[in-house]
Amino acid sequence: MEHPVVVSLQDIVVDFDGEPVLTGLSLDIHDKEFVTFLGPSGCGKTTTLRVIGGFVQPKSGRVLFDGQDITNLPPYKRHVNTVFQKYALFPHLNVFENVAFGLRLKSRDEKAIRSQVLQMLEVVGLKGFERRRVTTLSGGQQQRVAIARGLVNRPRVLLLDEPLGALDLKLRKEMQLELKRLQQALEITFIYVTHDQEEALTMSDTVVVMNGGLIQQIGSPEDIYNEPTNAFVADFIGESNILNGVMHRDFLVEFAGREFTCVDKGFAPNQLVQVVVRPEDIQVVPAIQGQLTGVVRDVIFKGVHFEMHVEQGDFEWIIHSTRASQPGEMIGMCIGPDEIHIMPREE
Amino acid sequence: MMGKRRGSALMRAYLVLLFSFFYLPIVVLMAYSFNESKSRSNFTGFTFKWYESLFHNDMILSALGLSLALALISAVIATVVGTMAAIGISGMGRKSRLIINNVSYIPVVNPEIITGVSLMLLFVAWSGAAAWWNQNAPAFLRFFPEDVIGFPSLLIAHISFCLPYVIFNVAPKLRQMDVRLYEAALDLGCNHRQAFFKVVLPELAPAIFSAFLISLTYSIDDFIISYFTCGTLQTLPIAIYSMTRKKVSPEINALSTIMFLVILAIILISNLADSRRARYKAAKKEEV
Amino acid sequence: MRRDTRLAYPYVVWMVIFIAVPLLIVAYFAFTDKTGQFTLDNLRQIGEYAPVFLRSLLLAARATVICLVLAFPAAWWLSRLRANHQRIMLMLVMLPMWMNFLLRTYAWMTLLENNGLLNRLFGAMHLFDLVNGVNAALNGLFGCSLPTGITYFPMINTSGAVVLGMVYNYLPYMILPLYTIMVKIDNSEIEAAQDLGANTRMILTRVLIPMSTPGISTGITMVFVPSVSTFIISRMLGGGGNMLVGDLIELQFLGNSYNYNLGSAMSLVLMVIVLLCMGVTNTSGGEDGIEGVV
Repeated sequence: MEHPVVVSLQDIVVDFDGEPVLTGLSLDIHDKEFVTFLGPSGCGKTTTLRVIGGFVQPKSGRVLFDGQDITNLPPYKRHVNTVFQKYALFPHLNVFENVAFGLRLKSRDEKAIRSQVLQMLEVVGLKGFERRRVTTLSGGQQQRVAIARGLVNRPRVLLLDEPLGALDLKLRKEMQLELKRLQQALEITFIYVTHDQEEALTMSDTVVVMNGGLIQQIGSPEDIYNEPTNAFVADFIGESNILNGVMHRDFLVEFAGREFTCVDKGFAPNQLVQVVVRPEDIQVVPAIQGQLTGVVRDVIFKGVHFEMHVEQGDFEWIIHSTRASQPGEMIGMCIGPDEIHIMPREE
Repeated sequence: MMGKRRGSALMRAYLVLLFSFFYLPIVVLMAYSFNESKSRSNFTGFTFKWYESLFHNDMILSALGLSLALALISAVIATVVGTMAAIGISGMGRKSRLIINNVSYIPVVNPEIITGVSLMLLFVAWSGAAAWWNQNAPAFLRFFPEDVIGFPSLLIAHISFCLPYVIFNVAPKLRQMDVRLYEAALDLGCNHRQAFFKVVLPELAPAIFSAFLISLTYSIDDFIISYFTCGTLQTLPIAIYSMTRKKVSPEINALSTIMFLVILAIILISNLADSRRARYKAAKKEEV
Repeated sequence: MRRDTRLAYPYVVWMVIFIAVPLLIVAYFAFTDKTGQFTLDNLRQIGEYAPVFLRSLLLAARATVICLVLAFPAAWWLSRLRANHQRIMLMLVMLPMWMNFLLRTYAWMTLLENNGLLNRLFGAMHLFDLVNGVNAALNGLFGCSLPTGITYFPMINTSGAVVLGMVYNYLPYMILPLYTIMVKIDNSEIEAAQDLGANTRMILTRVLIPMSTPGISTGITMVFVPSVSTFIISRMLGGGGNMLVGDLIELQFLGNSYNYNLGSAMSLVLMVIVLLCMGVTNTSGGEDGIEGVV
């Protein structure tokens, strides 16, 4: 990464009533990056965000900001702002006063406050909404107010806690693009928490996949998707076929009852591995031409493609294909060397 | 369908009867405030003279003054102490919260006469104890007031029975309030004190205000507890009571009429404001 | 959120001094005599007043039952109205409560008097002539000795008037909790019962009443407790012959009997009665608790 580290978490341990939530988490976040914490609920992603925001005191470990220890700094002394889940807008204030809230605490220059607030409202597309009560706004509009309220303070880092969770699908897609655009335009580090893998892949420069209070993998969306480091990541990021296999030697792996050429190397001879094949990477061919043959159990129309469940031996494959086969039909499957991802098998 | 229509006719008839039961006495009471003669059964002619004499009745006017002063002071104190308590209690552990809540329920469920009697005994005991102390203690320590029965005892009694209502009004609002609002304030640069005054207090304001109004009305309306703690003072309800015991004058009808109309006006105005706000909100929603 | 528990200290101190301590003083007076010696005489003496306690319980129970019967259909129908009509109707139910309760009771005095409005109304309807005529006929036919010179019905200064006063004053306290519970009952729940074959009576006994139980027990407490401890209603509408516990207690503290010790003992017994009443309504209303155990 060309940018310097802005937030650094070192060995963070958090308990809630003796229940471990984070167990020694370490992570560096670079300046001007869009970082997403992705994981199922209860994985510790929101807690990590709240440690950075200052709302959760870690039991041990340090939080560094620009190299300075801010572990014991209260939230109001940190150069970060948060967009809360369900927004946490102040219902007794109108849109303008909500956005102006942070500025008013620091400055009495009414003119400067006014111009900054109006400018920020324009940036988020809420020009003309200043006098409205926040309770009369739609979900998407409230979301924009919450973002403006954080960004107007010019934080170095903006924390976003599942900010799009309450919106409907279409609006969510629009807001994803808009958030990305804002982040690039303002050159602020965004740390974004979500359980939606598609959202994470769409928006992020770096994705941090978390589970059980631990980081599973850090990488670009492409890396995470194409080269998952373990079965959890593979399974959580998109649908996958995960099979047990044996790595006979470099570039040769056996699974599903036959040998395949692959592009992986560096494993011990005959090492037990797990093989990941994405459903869209399987080519459907006539039965006699397939590397594997199976019987189609069912076919579901998914809009862009068909999802088929195919029984082969004692494994049921998921295949995404633009052409539908008939249930009960015998088909062949081909998997290219590039499409086979190999991970060491976990105990 | 047939059954439903018959049911709704029955329901209407029943509700009409019920509401006549509620309002008949009040209407009669009000009508006789305009009666020329003192009779409670003959209507001999229309007059405003009872209203006139009401406003020259010193007993009623001073009782009204006392009631208003008492209600205002006790409601303010109860609201402040009660709101603080609601916040403090919400930060306590389950066990102490449960104990305090149960004690708070005592004056709510206990018959008022017992609350009144027990406070009266307390003030009597206090007077005795203070008198004893002031006789026996060294001169410079004789600062305990002996004569608390009167305004001080009334004030204490009214604050005591208003306090639980303040807590039961504010505490649920406090529980409902999104903790993230407070965190958002910290996040935007408030320290804990600022976050409380800029965000938490404005959020609680409607509940605090309605607690204040409830205290005000309970205090103005209270008869039984005041009756046991007032000594020789007369609040408005006590004055009314003494009027009903004496040879009755239609002034009391006039007073009822005025009080009813004032309350009606307050309720109508607040309801009108409410429904207008609701309509405004609905209109705004549609616009979006 | 940081919630400083010290904020509650003034309140806690206040409640200890002005709620808990006074009740302890009541208990102290109940178990001592005029010289401060421990005694059970006060409690024993209450035995002499058993008829008064009994009358209080009886009249309060009667008023509570009448309130429940009147309030149940009213609350149900209110809860089925359109939302904006509900608001108006609720306001109408609560409005009389805003009038001082002494004035409300006083209003009934004027209505119930022997030459009061109701008797005049009955007179105008020739109701007394009718009754007198019927009585005369019965006397003639069967040799009864029914009065034939009735010019008014005696209503004030009867126990019926006291019950009426209680019902009138406390009926809203029964309607409101019932309504609060009933408004949450969805029409679809009634329809589901109908769909499953329940007739009107079964809906009432198997669905409506069980679902309204929490409201019923709250309402019973809210009507019974002030009824059993009142001393104004009995004094204004009951005359001298319908003394209740409240009157008795008042006499010990502010009236001519003037006996704090006996008054405290009576208060203590009244408190026990109220606690028992609340215990009973809670257990009968605590379906959830029983279900949780089973």
